Order: sequence, then C-alpha cells, then structure tokens
Amino acid sequence: MARVETTSQVLTGAEATAHAMRQIRPDVVPVYPITPQTPIIQTFSRFVADGKTDTVLLQVESEHSAMSAAVGAALAGGRTMTATASQGLALMVEVVYIAAGLRAPVVIAVGNRALSGPINIHGDHSDGMLARDSGALQLYAQDAQEAYDLTVLAPRLAEHPDVMLPVMVGQDGFNVTHSAEPVALLADEEVGEFVGEYRIPNPLLGGEGPSSHGVFAMPDSYFEIRYQLVEAVEAAEHVYDELAAEYARRFGRFLPAIDSYRMEDAQRALLVLGSAAGTAKDVVDDLRGEGERVGLLALRLYRPFPEAALRAAMGGVTRLGVLDRAVSPGAYPPLFSDAHAALSGTGIELRSFVYGLGGRDLSTRALRQVLSELAAPAAARIRYVGLRGEDDDGES
Amino acid sequence: MSGAIGPLRAGGVVLPGDVPRPRTGGWRTGRKPAVDLSRCVNCLVCWIHCPDTAVLQEHAVFQGFNYDLCKGCEICVEVCPADAISMVPEQTELAAGGVLPGTGVLAHGQG
Repeated sequence: MARVETTSQVLTGAEATAHAMRQIRPDVVPVYPITPQTPIIQTFSRFVADGKTDTVLLQVESEHSAMSAAVGAALAGGRTMTATASQGLALMVEVVYIAAGLRAPVVIAVGNRALSGPINIHGDHSDGMLARDSGALQLYAQDAQEAYDLTVLAPRLAEHPDVMLPVMVGQDGFNVTHSAEPVALLADEEVGEFVGEYRIPNPLLGGEGPSSHGVFAMPDSYFEIRYQLVEAVEAAEHVYDELAAEYARRFGRFLPAIDSYRMEDAQRALLVLGSAAGTAKDVVDDLRGEGERVGLLALRLYRPFPEAALRAAMGGVTRLGVLDRAVSPGAYPPLFSDAHAALSGTGIELRSFVYGLGGRDLSTRALRQVLSELAAPAAARIRYVGLRGEDDDGES
Repeated sequence: MSGAIGPLRAGGVVLPGDVPRPRTGGWRTGRKPAVDLSRCVNCLVCWIHCPDTAVLQEHAVFQGFNYDLCKGCEICVEVCPADAISMVPEQTELAAGGVLPGTGVLAHGQG
C-alpha cells in the first residue's frame, strides 16, 4: 500500500467528520442541530463561514425539512450531505425512505444516540436501526479516524451508478462524536480527487432535458421500482469492497466491510457494530495472552448486510456472541437476527447479548464475562449485559 | 420491464416520451362540451383555462375539443364570455372538434 503524507490532529469524531465534509466540499448541506451530532455541523458551519468551502448551508426548521431539502438538492444535481442523531433521525426517517426510493445519493452523518423515552442524549444504535429498512446504506465507524475515512468514502459509494442511494455514516454518540484522539487527515486535494465530480443521471437542473422525479407509482409499477432499490442496496456491497480497496491503495488505510480481528483458529468470537470494537479488541488481546482462542468481528458495513463475507470470516468459530446496542422488543435484536439468518445452516451457535442502551458503559470486564459465558451452555435467551440486577459486573 | 406504463427507470424517474399521454376522456360522466361556432369570438379564454389541454388551437385559432383528454369539468363553459360552449349528452352527434351541427365550420389557423 502506498503511504501518503498526512497530517495528524487531535480531533473528536464530530470534528473529524466536519473536516471530511470541508474537504468533500458538498454543494448543499441542509441541517438541523441535535446532540450528539451538533459539533459536526457546528464545526462545519465555521468552515463555511470562514470560506473554507463554498457549500450552501441551509439552516432549516427541522430534520424532516433538512432531509426534504437534501432530496431536492441531490436530485437537482448537487452533492448533498446532512447530519443528525436520535429524535432527529426519527423525524427524518420518513424522508430517508423517500431519498432511497427516489435514489437520491445523500450522505448522512449520524451521531448514534438512544431514542426517547425516557429522553436520553447518550449513545446507542436505536436510531440507526429505526432507519434500517429504509434502503439507505449504513456504515458504522469504530473511532474518530474511521468516522473521517468512512465519510470521505461515502459520497463515492452513494453516487456509484449501480447504487445511487443515501448513505448513513454512523459514529457512536459521545464514545466517538465527543472523544478526541489523533486523526490523520488526508490532504484537501487528495479528498477532492478521490470524490471527484458529482454526477447523477437526469438531474433536475443542468441535465440534458426535462425529467420528472417523485411521480406516483401504481400497483403496476411500484413493486418493480422497489425491487430495483433492493438490487441497488445489494450491489452496494461489491461497490463498497472496491472503494475500500481503492482507498487503501491511495491512502494506505484499509477498511474492509468486516473488521476481522485475531480470528485465526478462534473458537469463540464476538460480533459488534461501532465503538464497542475497540473495547472488544483489548479484551481479545488479553484473553489471547491467556491462551484463549477468541476473536472479534466488527461490521463497518451494516446495510447491505455482508452475509457471504460474514460466513467466510467465521473460520472455525463454533460459538458467536452477537452484541446489539439496540433492542427489538418482543423479538431478537437486529444485529443478532441478521447474523442468525446469515449463518443459518452453518452449525454455529449464536448467542444474543444486548448492551449499552442509553450510553450504559460497556466495560472490558463485562466483555470478558460474555466471552467466558460463550464457553458454557446458554443461560438466557437474550443476555442484557450491564443491566442492573442481571449482572454482578459491578459496573451498573 | 416496459409496456403500457413505459420504461421503469431507477427511482421511478420519468423522461419525456416514457409514458403515452393519459387518455382521461373516460373520466367524463355522461356529458361533454360542445361549441356553437356562430357565437364563438375566438378569444381562446377556454384554451387558457382548460386544465387538461383538451381545448385545441392552431396559430391562435380555436380548433375545438380533444375528447381523449377532456374530463368534463365544464370550466370552459363557465369562462366562455360569449356563451358559445355548453354541455351536451355524451351520445350527441357533433361535427369535427365538437361543433354543434349547423353553427359553422372550424377554420384552420394561418401560420
């Protein structure tokens, strides 16, 4: 891999994302502030005010309006980004479905946060899961560096001719959005060259002729148009793989759809999304040091769900602990359900663990406990890690 | 997939020519507009007001009605300052363009 000169700065995930947006120079950013996304747009709006990018920053009256304006701008022919979290994403979801259905390639930075009620501003994946079936692609960053890199990569993924879909780049609220660490930024020109020009077929403005977007579809056509959306989401997995490879070639950082950590000869493994990966890597390292054959799989690409890649990544694993930072009350949580379907017929035993709702900390001690429970028969249908009364973890 | 509904483009985008013009004439409920040409002053107020481009004109000369598009809304009847347009039963025999027999013949506009 070619190494290029980069500048490292100590940045939060939110600030790193704002730098990525500055370097991408989107034409339009309609946005409404909400914790823990606010520092993304606060930092980015300063860049706009300072003339660092000529983006049109639209301060709208709600996230519903932000996404509505984003759909219009993207279909009109402008590269469009926005940012949101939690209740904001919930309010936006109606239009996220429309963005996907109309194939508007909007990039949405998400500071993943719990949903009300009770109201809570801290991190979990409930908001992302609410938009899970919208047709928007979903990426989850483990740390500020990945939040930056995935944001730089996102416009190419969104705008690829085989894809043409919104892309949500998730970073855990506070764990990533507000946590400062050294982040290696690319040079502005490198990002500009990587993302290139925004081109969509049949833009409303500046195209070769008139076009109608958002027309009514009767029972004779809706099914086919939705099926095209399904095909596009599925095609995005291969496009992501290609882009990740290109990103690695150009910039020396490789972010495969599944981060496979110490999985060689692993018998037990964890599957996670987002910032839990960092904690889990520490635990895996410790247990490996003690001779335990454990490993970690962290998904960066959650939609489309990298089913074949997950099966291939399992190696000799016989028990997989799936950690969800969201629930599906009355059923198994979302990541577990996806993994269970993907691994059906493999003989691998999957266990469901729910952790971290509303910002409840996930300790290394709790993850050690999860991996040790995986060595024994299941004690519960779904284990709620760190739940007061359920754990003797001492953390809650 | 294509056919009567035209090509299905990603996102349901529709380009010129994708879809045949809808024939909304079937929406009329028993009555259609007819013109008394002896009263028509060729002001084209009906043409301007018709929401379905069902009033025809050629070089600013009134050319009658396109019944494939007319939904029978009667706006033309309402706006005609010369009271030249009226609604008649659907089965009424009319001359070309919807002209009441014996009231005149549509003249072609000169370019």
